[in-house]
Formats: sequence, structure tokens, C-alpha cells
Amino acid sequence: MTLDVLQMVLVTIVAAATPLMIAALGELVVERSGVLNLGVEGMMVLGAATGFAVAVETGSTLAGAVAGAGAGLALSALFGILTVVLAANQIASGLAMTILGLGLSGLVGASYVGMKRESAPHLAIPGLTDLPGIGRLFFGQDAFVYAGFALVAGIAWFLWRTRAGLALRAIGDDHTSTHALGLKVRKVRFLAVLFGGACAGLAGAYLSLAYTPFWAPAMTAGRGWIALALVVFASWRPLRVMAGAMLFGGATVLQLHAQAAGLGLPGQALSALPYLATILALVLLSLGRRQGGSVAPASLGRVFTPFR
Amino acid sequence: MTDATPSPAPATPALAGQIGATPLFGAYGIVKRFGDFTANDGVDLEIRAGEIHALLGENGAGKSTLMKILYGLLEPTEGVVTHRGDIVKLANPEAARALGIGMVFQHFSLCENLTVAENIALVMPPDMSPKALREKMSTVGATYGLHLDPHRPVWSLSAGERQRIEIIRCLLQDPRLVILDEPTSVLTPGEAEGLFTVLERLRDEGRALLYISHRLDEVRRLCSRATILRGGKVVGACDPRQESARSLAAMMVGVQVGEVKPPSGMPLGAPRLVLSNLSLATSGLHGTALSDISLTVSGGEIVGIAGIAGNGQAELFDALSGEASAPEAGMVTLDGVPAGRLGITERRRHGACFVPEERNGHAAAPTLSLSDNALLSRHATAGLSRFGFLRNAAAKALAQRVIAAFDVRKAGPDPAAGTLSGGNLQKFLMGREIMAEPGILVVNQPTWGVDALAAAHIRQALLDLAGRGAALLVISQDLDELFEIAGRIAVLHDGTLSRAVPASETSREAVGLLMGGGGIESTPSSSAMEAMAHAH
Repeated sequence: MTLDVLQMVLVTIVAAATPLMIAALGELVVERSGVLNLGVEGMMVLGAATGFAVAVETGSTLAGAVAGAGAGLALSALFGILTVVLAANQIASGLAMTILGLGLSGLVGASYVGMKRESAPHLAIPGLTDLPGIGRLFFGQDAFVYAGFALVAGIAWFLWRTRAGLALRAIGDDHTSTHALGLKVRKVRFLAVLFGGACAGLAGAYLSLAYTPFWAPAMTAGRGWIALALVVFASWRPLRVMAGAMLFGGATVLQLHAQAAGLGLPGQALSALPYLATILALVLLSLGRRQGGSVAPASLGRVFTPFR
Repeated sequence: MTDATPSPAPATPALAGQIGATPLFGAYGIVKRFGDFTANDGVDLEIRAGEIHALLGENGAGKSTLMKILYGLLEPTEGVVTHRGDIVKLANPEAARALGIGMVFQHFSLCENLTVAENIALVMPPDMSPKALREKMSTVGATYGLHLDPHRPVWSLSAGERQRIEIIRCLLQDPRLVILDEPTSVLTPGEAEGLFTVLERLRDEGRALLYISHRLDEVRRLCSRATILRGGKVVGACDPRQESARSLAAMMVGVQVGEVKPPSGMPLGAPRLVLSNLSLATSGLHGTALSDISLTVSGGEIVGIAGIAGNGQAELFDALSGEASAPEAGMVTLDGVPAGRLGITERRRHGACFVPEERNGHAAAPTLSLSDNALLSRHATAGLSRFGFLRNAAAKALAQRVIAAFDVRKAGPDPAAGTLSGGNLQKFLMGREIMAEPGILVVNQPTWGVDALAAAHIRQALLDLAGRGAALLVISQDLDELFEIAGRIAVLHDGTLSRAVPASETSREAVGLLMGGGGIESTPSSSAMEAMAHAH
């Protein structure tokens, strides 16, 4: 039965990776447009609280997921107004969003602490789901997981196969030039920020509706920051985000197993692994940098104000 | 054209008879205000099909503003733009492109990390497939001799190739009017010739071209009509072919531009700046290594270094200024002192001064005041500090002396350096160093992006300094400038310096050939240079 044990481990890894992947994919689109949103953690945790509250009130997981995404979107709209419309400093605004999101989520979720729900339903296809070794992994996940993988494909297609995606990448590369060409820099960036916020909110809702179906204050536990690191680790490419999410999710699961198995290594060291991996990726990126080109969106974090 | 009151078509009868009654595009009574500042003040401009129309003016005369209005990037406060006599509203660049207006920007509007094809696709109709785009690109490329690999990322291309993208991008939209903003400022003479051929061909196809340039020789060669702007107003119109470069410059600045006079017949002094076998490995990924550079600059002499940007100019400047240390002290000698291993301030103490190429961020800190900027380079040599404390009053007085001596125009008594126009900041920076009365002065691109009057002022100041016995090394891409002021000229190509030959014994063509690397790789540089010089 080692195959089934392996499958169980893989299933938990995918489950741990999904929130990271969804939040990181949203942030990837934001950063590709040239905006650095450090408020992912706040948007995620607000999505978790709102999603759980709405799901409890309505009894519908779908309504909860939509509400979670909506809450992330609302908070990112505030971020967009600050940074894209008013051209405020992105780093300070992003940190403020994280603090605000953590605070708001506590308020929204206050009366739901300690409640428990059924976790989101898993896919069950007779025959397929029961396949030994692979059935649960491929045909027995919940809708969030499939949505996450659909996002990977959708974003990759959007960025490299559509005109709008090209415009978004161009704006992230050089907002002055694209503005001079008549592209709508601020509109595109605002939309990208909204998309990123909705993804972060959805990732948060996954935590409180599927991963651990309850609400606890600050339950994201730094996953928003891991998602941010993941975007850099993946050098701003969706497929690498997917691979990186599995790696980082794997590190999280490994940490739990290591603790259970009583390994000498402290769990804290293992939970630091994703960050160490990100630092390593940054070093490798700058060492192997192509002459003249840049891997990161060249306008990332730079405030844009249209000329007079 | 000459008066500033709005005067809609019909235009000059003589031209109207030849080319058609209504101009292709017209701008009448254009006023553009930014707060209190009026950038365009009742400007009229008519552009006809089949002509290359020059728009001349100093920095800040309002050329860019007018251009941006024509391309839909700015909306005029007052006035109208017409297309074949009908009033049109250019709300954005798409509207301008729809009317057949294309633009080749001076500072290329290209995304460096995208490919050539992607950059072009940005302005194409959204439904065009990548394949169709590549086919159109190669058609236009074949027609005009503009060849580009669609898959190359822009960062790997030279300035000339990047401009080719801009031009192809513009031509793919089959424009009726092409606006070119300082198109030759980054090109080698050879590349510029290629551009002129394309432009003449476009004109012969019946397109209109609006040509903006500081280089009056080009305007006289290419353009049949010119509109001259000064202080936001149209101050004149002429046929540049009938004018001299000097008379055009005089119209632009409103006064006669003094001809720069070299001090003649002065005997050269002793060698003051000596480079011997200077080699320097690249500092970064993008740098050019210097190899075996030897040069002697004597007192009273200006030696010019020509070359296309990126061939080691920045590295040579750094090695001279002390921003980069030479491998051996003896490779750079300042007035007999081996200075190759000395720092910048030490070199300044030995009587050398330096003006780098980048005004904002290298020569000056844009957010600091002019007096603080005076401190930055003169703290050690002008007594601006005592016991480690700054003497702000002395710095202010020094800044004021520079401002007065070099006619620096600015707002307020001691404004931030970044608020000055390019030409005025450059005058201040040149003045800051020249008034130190250096024995040795190294300048990189002394008049880059500076208008004619300020450029003449700067060049004269350099010649005067040499006349007082200083040794000057001027690195410049502008051949006209080098031939105007330099006694000897050498060419830097791929980190190698050709032998410095007297300017009177060489020609622009010979130097241009060396700039492109002609003759350097295969034969020893000095003999190639001599052969080139004698051939003309």
C-alpha cells in the first residue's frame, strides 16, 4: 500500500500548495503590470474571514468563495486607488493593506471563531476517483484546486497569447513608453490590481472553507508573504509558480511530517525553507542574468504619473 | 505662417498652386498652457503632402509640446488641428494614428524586455495575427531596406536598430504624416545616411514628414520648408536650402550665434595628461574593456575622442576621473604625477577636473540645490569646508559666481539642479569645473541635448580654457563639435583608441569610418587612420 501512502502525501501537498498558487498567480499578474502589492497577506486573510462568515450565513460554499474573492477585490480596490490613481508609494500602501486586512478580518470573523463547517465537497467520479494510486490525486480534489490549475493555464495563455496580455507586460516593462504609445497604463494596472486582490481573497477563502474549514484570527499565517516570495522564485512565470507552489507546499507538509516523526531538525528551520529557496532563486537570477535584459518587470514598484 | 494670429487655410498661394489648395495637416492658433507657463502661444503650422517640413527651435521653444498635440498626447488649450481642411479632434494617439499620423520618438518608446515583433504588435490592430504581422514586417523591411529579426529582444539591439523598429512600426500603419523627433541624435553618420534615404523615399511617395532636429546641416539638406519656434511662438518660416546654418541658428535663438574661434598659433605646452598603455577589464556585464590606450594631451591643446556610444567612452572617462582604478599608477599621469591608483578627490587636488556625460544623477544630484552641487565636486579644491564642516556661505557664493559667469537661467536664487533645463544645467556644470581653472579637464559629451546658443557658449569656454594653457580631453559623439574645437582627434572603437591625428588632416568621412570599426580590426589602427586621412 505504499502507493496509497504516496498518494496521500501528494494530496496533502497539493492541498497545501493551492492557496499559495492562487494568491501567487494573482500577484504575478499585478507585478507583470508593474505594481508591487505587498498587501497580499491582508487581502488573503480578509478573504478567509469574509468567505467563512458568508458561507456560514448562507450555507453555501460557493457563496463563501465568491464573497472571499469579493472581499480581496474590495481591499485591492483601495490599494489601487492609493497607488495607481493617487500614485502613492506602493510599498508603504501594501504594508498598510496587510495591517488593515488583518484588523478587518478580526472584526468580520469575531462572532465566527470556534464554529466549524463541512469542508468544500470533493469531486467524486465513480470509477475514476477510486482508481488506486492516482484516483484521489487527479479526480478527487475540491473545486478550488481545479480552479487553481485552470488559472495557471488561463494566465499563461492570457499573458503570451493575447493582445491585452501583451499590453499588460509592456506596461510593466516601461510605463513611460507605453503611455506615449497611447496605452491606458493606469486602467490596465488598476484592473490587474483588482484581479490580484480577487485571487488573494479566493486563496484566503480556500483556507477557511476547504483546507481547515473554520475561522481563526490571522489563520493565513504568513502564506501571503510566501506567495509574494513565490512570484520572485518563479521569475514571474505562471508555470514556474505552479511548480514553486508544489515545492513550497511540499516544504510545509514535510515540516509537519518531520515533526511527527520526531526528526532532530526543528520545525522552524523547515518553515524557513521557502524563504531560503527564494533568496537562492534571487541570487541565481542575478548571477545568470542575461546581458542587458531583466527578468523582473522593469517598471516593478515604480510609481507612474502621466506627463503634463 | 509668419504671423501669430489664427489664419485658417488658404495658405501661401505660390505653394498652394504647386501642391494643392489645402494642406494635409494644419494647426492654427495653437495655445497650450501648463498652469502659468505658456508652452505654445498661437502657433500656426501647415504641412503638405510630399514635403519634409522642419520644425526648429531651441530647447524649451515648444517643439515637443506642438508635436505631442499633433500626435494626440496633449490637448491644446486653444486652437484647432485640421486634416485636409476639416477640423479634427485628436483626443488620443489612436485618433491621430487613425488619421494617418505616425511618430518616431526621440527617446524610443520601446519596451526593452519585449521582442521586436511584440513592440510592433502593441500599436497594430488587435485582431492581427502574429504571422500576418511578421509578413507585413518583412514586406516593409524589403521595400525600405529596414531589416530586423522579429524575435530579438529589444535590449540586445543597437540604437540604430531600435530606431528601425520605431520607423517600421510607424510605416506599418501607412501614415500620411510622419513626425520625427531628433531622429539622428543617436545614430552614426552611416546610419544617418541610411535614414535620410528612407526619408527621401517616403517624401517621394507623397507622404508628409515633420522633421525636428538640432542639426541644421541635416535640415538644410533634407527639408524644403522650415517653421521656427522661439518661446512658444512662431518667429519665422523659411526655405532652409536658401539659408546657412548660422542664419538658421540666429533665427532660432533670436541673436547672432557667435562663431566659435579657436586660439590660433599658440605654441603647445608640456604634456599634462598622459595615458600609457591603459588597459581596464570590464567592470560590469554591459561594459567595454579598454585595451592598451596611449595618448598625450599637452597644455593648450584640446584632443577630441570620437566614437559611437558604448565603445568604451564611459569606461575611459571613469579611468580618467578615478571612478575606476587603473591596474597600475603609471597608466594615467596628471602633470607628471602617476595618478592611476588615486581616488577622484586626490586627482582633483592635482588640478584635474571632470564633467561626466549624465547631467542628472552623475554630474549633478537633481534634488540638491545648485550650491550643494557646487560643494559635491569642489569641496576639496575651493575651500568649501573647514575642519570637516561645510562653509555653506562660500558654496553659495561660488554657485552665484558660476551662474553669473555662465549665464545660467533658473528660477529662484538657489534652485534644485533638476529644475533647470538641460542646457542651463550643463552650463552650470561646465562652469563649476572650468572656474576651478583646472590644469587638466576631461569632458564627456559637453553639449549633449543642449541648444545652439548654449552649445556655442560652452565650446567657447572650453577653447578659452585651452588658451589659458590647460590640457583638455573632450569625448563626444558629435563630429561637428569635435572638428570645431579639437586640435587633434582620435577614435574610440570597441575599447581601442586610434592614433590622434590633427583635425585639419582628417575628415568627417575618415573619422566616421573608424567609428564604425572600419579598418581597425584587420590593420594596425594608426596606419589605417593615416591612410584614411590621406585618402581625403
